[in-house]
Amino acid sequence: MAKVVVDVMPKPEILDPQGQAVARALPRLGFDGVSDVRQGKHFELEVDDSVDDDTLAKIAEGFLSNPVIEDFVVRRVAE
Amino acid sequence: MTARIGVITFPGTLDDIDAARAVKYADIEAVSLWHGDHDLKGVDAVVVPGGFSYGDYLRAGAIARFAPVMAKVVDAARGGMPVLGICNGFQILCEAGLLPGALVRNHKLHFVCRDQWLRVENTSTAWTTRYEPGAEILVPVKNGEGAYMADEATLDALEGDGRVVFRYVGGNPNGSRRDIAGISSRDGRIVGLMPHPEHAIDALTGPSDDGLGMFLSALDALQGAAA
Repeated sequence: MAKVVVDVMPKPEILDPQGQAVARALPRLGFDGVSDVRQGKHFELEVDDSVDDDTLAKIAEGFLSNPVIEDFVVRRVAE
Repeated sequence: MTARIGVITFPGTLDDIDAARAVKYADIEAVSLWHGDHDLKGVDAVVVPGGFSYGDYLRAGAIARFAPVMAKVVDAARGGMPVLGICNGFQILCEAGLLPGALVRNHKLHFVCRDQWLRVENTSTAWTTRYEPGAEILVPVKNGEGAYMADEATLDALEGDGRVVFRYVGGNPNGSRRDIAGISSRDGRIVGLMPHPEHAIDALTGPSDDGLGMFLSALDALQGAAA
């Protein structure tokens, strides 16, 4: 078994109103100096050793993200 | 021959009953299809209705596209069967790759629910032949993730090919690129839109009966095919 992390983020050119709302809230809460926030998704997968990188890429590209609006990064992480 | 249109129900679908009612108003037989069905029961066209299929988990439409019935819809649509996706149905058709682009969260984060004017920009699709070119229709819009997004090249291609079928007029409710409310496939058989024509088929229960024309257009398309 191995742990795999998939991070999915809205593409830079896609408006991210959720991230903007978070960014606008920070000064109101007394946190200054944060100029931008982008909000995405973080997946943690427990996978068998038989699952290869191609398969992980297919999972990330074909299901966990929508390539029209999102980019993804797949990482295997040490336990 | 009576035309038959299938209306799909996923877990979390809300507007299947109204969609079936709209189909019946157009003198078409409405056939219920379940997300787990492995066949389309011989229907001539399909409506993918609105709601929150599978709770909108992951992304709106992202899980519904893998439902067994959708595999059949995709096959049939590629063969020319008319398909209409409304709201969540539009999101599902985009996720399934039948229509380009994607729907993302409304630009001001609000769930928008109001009566909305649309301009019919293409009256040659299977779902819009009953409208006059440039007709303006009033139908409800209700969504939280209704902003249509695609890259500039895709938007230019859609415009150039006349595949922008509906455009918002009198104010863009959600930040959709180029005020796009609905688009079609290249052959005009598949149409997806965020607003709800099925809620506007009778002035007693909706803001107008402007939406009924979409279902009557389908009737014409199906009867023309049978004749």
